[in-house]
Amino acid sequence: MSNLFNIDIVNPEQSFLSKDNVFEVVIPAVEGEIGILKDHIPIISFLKPGIIRVFSESEEKSFYVEDGIVEFKDNTLSVLTSSIFDLKDADKNFVSESISSAEAELSKDNIDDQKRFLLNHKVEVLKSISIN
Amino acid sequence: MPSLDDLRKRITSVKSTQKITKAMKMVAAAKLRKAQENAEKGRPYSEKMNNVILNLSKSITDKENAPKLLVGTGEEKVHLCIVLTADRGLCGGFNTNIIKKAKSYFEKIISENKTLKIITVGSKGYDQLKRQYKSYIVENISFKESKNINYFDADKVGKIIIEKFEKNEFDVCAIFYNKFKNVITQIPQEQQIVPLNEDKDDKDDSGNDNDYEFEPDEDEILSNLLPKNISTQIFKAMLENSASEQGSRMTAMDNATRNAGELVDRLTIEYNRSRQAAITKELIEIISGAESL
Repeated sequence: MSNLFNIDIVNPEQSFLSKDNVFEVVIPAVEGEIGILKDHIPIISFLKPGIIRVFSESEEKSFYVEDGIVEFKDNTLSVLTSSIFDLKDADKNFVSESISSAEAELSKDNIDDQKRFLLNHKVEVLKSISIN
Repeated sequence: MPSLDDLRKRITSVKSTQKITKAMKMVAAAKLRKAQENAEKGRPYSEKMNNVILNLSKSITDKENAPKLLVGTGEEKVHLCIVLTADRGLCGGFNTNIIKKAKSYFEKIISENKTLKIITVGSKGYDQLKRQYKSYIVENISFKESKNINYFDADKVGKIIIEKFEKNEFDVCAIFYNKFKNVITQIPQEQQIVPLNEDKDDKDDSGNDNDYEFEPDEDEILSNLLPKNISTQIFKAMLENSASEQGSRMTAMDNATRNAGELVDRLTIEYNRSRQAAITKELIEIISGAESL
């Protein structure tokens, strides 16, 4: 029996990625990374800044996302996000810009802990991208 | 009776107007195709978003503590209306139709003694509303600089709405835009986005799908999701609007081109007639002059 399922990544402008032959997807959910395999129970969660890794039979793809919502149901994983790009076409300037804007945000005093955590995390992830 | 020279000048002037309207029609047609494509591409996102929210709101049992963006503040005293129009004119009844729809809503609100607040998106809407409703307009946004409709712009509007909601500046929020049906028909729409109206009709109750696992819990997801949904709805409205605008402009310019053509035909006939009349008159003068000799 095949152990493959579908993934749809959509952003507001278009359908970003649609595949029907993935066997594992790792998503940076807000409470920690989740690895999803076929027949996972239905789940709804939202994302924190991080890397989505999509493993299909032939290849492995990685995307950076800033936020979004994931829904898994009937062996279809839907990812709704407004900010996503393929790590392969990561724009160095854009990444460093995002880092500095996040750091500027961090240096403000009036942010709450949760936001601080998310921003810290964002900087971390973005930095790891720019090193690669 | 206009002289031959006047007629000739008018014909050339109408012809050059016709050229302009024809060019505008072509441009609108090209843009329409792109706008339509974009609207179609954007659809999956808002549909999925709706689905997720529907599934979530089904599983919320504690209605009283549900996020206010979903269930409302419990009052409906202050209405915030977002009127989405185009930044450019010459597109037939496009802007006027939205304004008309919005105005009838405004009148209803005012006659019920409720407070009205208006945000206009797009400069044409502001121009048309400022005469009558100037004191109600709290914000006036225009995205003239951005070439294409993008989510970033919609998100800006969404953030303004959320900010106002958190400050308790309004209870109910509705958006006005034109829904694109086809090139000839655009339907002005009024859509309430806060509190969220569920379309219960088009969803058959497919059992109780409460078997979702939520991480973190439902409330937190909802409170994260609902602001996004507002931006999404606005984005959807903007996409529909831009397709409608181009469609409407195309039809309007097509009509204008045809009218100009008719006008040219009529003027040409008139021109020829008076030219012939002048020639006949001259001939008669010559003949009668020769006869009298």
